[in-house]
Amino acid sequence: MHELSIAMSIVELAQEEAKRRGGVQVTAVHLKLGALSGVVREALLSSYELAAEDTPLKGSRLVVEEVPVVVFCPSCRARRPLNSVQLFCCAECGTPTSEVVEGKELEVVALEIQE
Amino acid sequence: MSSQPRLVEVRKNVLKQNDLAARALREQFRAAGVLVVSLVSSPGSGKTTLLERTLTALRENHRVAALVGDLATNNDAIRLARSQAPVKQITTGTLCHLEAAMVQNALEGWDLNHLDFLFVENVGNLVCPSSYDLGENLRLVLMSVTEGEDKPLKYPTIFNTADVAVITKTDLASAAEFDWHSADSNMQAVRPGMRVLKLSAKTGEGMQEYLGFLTGRLDEVRAARAT
Repeated sequence: MHELSIAMSIVELAQEEAKRRGGVQVTAVHLKLGALSGVVREALLSSYELAAEDTPLKGSRLVVEEVPVVVFCPSCRARRPLNSVQLFCCAECGTPTSEVVEGKELEVVALEIQE
Repeated sequence: MSSQPRLVEVRKNVLKQNDLAARALREQFRAAGVLVVSLVSSPGSGKTTLLERTLTALRENHRVAALVGDLATNNDAIRLARSQAPVKQITTGTLCHLEAAMVQNALEGWDLNHLDFLFVENVGNLVCPSSYDLGENLRLVLMSVTEGEDKPLKYPTIFNTADVAVITKTDLASAAEFDWHSADSNMQAVRPGMRVLKLSAKTGEGMQEYLGFLTGRLDEVRAARAT
């Protein structure tokens, strides 16, 4: 369970960003979370509340956009969605592939701010 | 004063600090020509026993050292020190994984130029270590025959971040009724093309192939550095 330390990094990152913009109030943090990031959404959401306590981000929301895995299929020479993280193969032709193009994201993409 | 909230774009990786530290480590390892191998697995799959045998065997012809992560004890460091190789403990407290900065701190005072192999034993955990790059050349994921063939399906993320899988305790395979075929197909399902090594650190079965694989990779790293 490392979601709390991840949540603390998110709060820290958002605080820095708010400061850089002249101390604006952050009402929400938008996060992209890949299915292969190793981070569990539910655990992260409850950790976030805890991490934001006693910071200027107290009461802000964490908005999580889950990113499904997309792989590159060497046979089709194209990006393909993955049907299951338990079977890394092209959803069209079935060729096995380990080349992950999307799905490892753990990225703050935007902040909702109140000026 | 209270206007509508507005959305501003940020686009920042949450683990940026770790990724930067890992990149710095990778560059440091490359410049020194040291092969850095990390080991991840669940608790009790045999990381420390394998590492002890690895250090002892490689020490004959190579300069080896190890960092070992542990939540609270220094038992593993004491066991590994029996190999006579330099070993440093990283006590993580309640933290369930190693981070690149911890590796950086632990390496302070060590001259990497005097090493051929550096092993990093992560905390026994198949979930959290997957998010953290340590700058290693090779990540080995260990799975013992007593854990069940479906481990890769239960923890696809960690198997996906690993370069090589090592099936340990093969001497217990028949007692555990281990299904090799199903283990292989599960590994290939979550990480197509992944190399799988099979060994028993206790009996020595499979150790030659494993050690040969490691020294082969060291040669590759050295050759790449020379060009």
